[in-house]
Amino acid sequence: MQVHPLLVRVAHWINVLAVLVMISSGWRIYNADPLFGFSFPDEVTLGGWLAGALQWHFAAMWLFVVNGVVYVAYGILSGHFRRKLLPISPLAVLRDIAAAFRGKLAHDDLTVYNAAQRAAYLALVLLLILLVATGLVLWKPVQFYWYGQFIGDYEGARFLHFFAMAGVGLIVVVHVVMVALVPRTFPSMFTGRVRI
Amino acid sequence: MNKRFEAFRTGEVKRMERRLFLKQSLSFGALALLTGCAITEEEKVQDVLMRMSGWNDEVQGWLFNPNRLAPEFPESRITRPFPFNAYYSEQEVIDVDGGKYKLELGGMVKERKPWTLPELYALPQVTQITRHICVEGWSAIGSWTGVRFSDFLQRIGADTTAKYVGFECADGYYSSIDMASALHPQTFLTFKISDEILAPKYGYPLKLRIPTKLGFKNPKWITAMFVTNRFPGGFWEDRGYNWFGGV
Repeated sequence: MQVHPLLVRVAHWINVLAVLVMISSGWRIYNADPLFGFSFPDEVTLGGWLAGALQWHFAAMWLFVVNGVVYVAYGILSGHFRRKLLPISPLAVLRDIAAAFRGKLAHDDLTVYNAAQRAAYLALVLLLILLVATGLVLWKPVQFYWYGQFIGDYEGARFLHFFAMAGVGLIVVVHVVMVALVPRTFPSMFTGRVRI
Repeated sequence: MNKRFEAFRTGEVKRMERRLFLKQSLSFGALALLTGCAITEEEKVQDVLMRMSGWNDEVQGWLFNPNRLAPEFPESRITRPFPFNAYYSEQEVIDVDGGKYKLELGGMVKERKPWTLPELYALPQVTQITRHICVEGWSAIGSWTGVRFSDFLQRIGADTTAKYVGFECADGYYSSIDMASALHPQTFLTFKISDEILAPKYGYPLKLRIPTKLGFKNPKWITAMFVTNRFPGGFWEDRGYNWFGGV
């Protein structure tokens, strides 16, 4: 039984690579002028120094954006998002999150996402879009000032970019933990299929 | 911000030196051994990253709108004191002798006569209050006064169809910008910060102010400039920072 279309699987793994590079190089860039009272340990960053990290960040952004555009266009045009992620009711999301904490969250039918999954995957897509939108203002605060001024201009975009990254990090951690708890979901992200 | 920046910079410079040293020793090792998979892999990655940086230069050239102005701010938003920055610490700032100073001109310009300070100060001056954005992430708003660079280029008979304008500085720093950015109406050759002659640490006697580019593309202590079609690079640019550096 097919659970993940080929395009979704390919986009998923390209995104894993791109986001890992973006975040690890982004941490190095953050370290050059920390917004808060902490830095990321050099060992978990990419690039070796600021210029190297910037090179990685501005190279991987193309992979990330092109892959993301293909995925989102497919998700919308094919009805993939509508079928898999909608409808979302806030009540069902809360109920599922509570069930997850009691260890009773159901994901028996892998072809159907529970409400907590729908909310997490949708939030992830929106956060990644926010990262691009804020990232463009950080990269080109003058050329994109026309909309940058609505998201707190350059300085505001720095904070939003950071918080969006933190949100992505949180969702990724929860996602990986959930996969570890329901290991039969893992191979399906390669093969696209599950045994019923 | 200033203190933190200095602390960071010295560390960064040290790392850079270590890296350059390491790179040299690595290539020496590669030559000596005529092998080394890790080294060639590393070089390949470096090569791809440099190519992508070159591609990003192109993209930034297309994104650059010569008519789009950097935002200007009210005086109340000026950052005081304005942070110092260079590739060395504030204690090592050089003192340029204004009496003997001459701005040398070279390359594709008709009038190559060097300019003294009184001659430069006699030019019509304009002021901008704009934001300086450092490649490290921090930003600061300052007020700079000087001559519009496009006017100056016209006055010296520069060939504005050339690709680059390069700058050399009294402290050994150098940088270069694309001609489109050089002709942008907010690109100034400045003599003053906050209505006062530039203090030595702010680049006395001459600093390029270009609010459409990152801080390191705003050279201070400028002693020579030239117009050319040959890619001039720059101090940080040659060490791996993106050349276009547009914002």
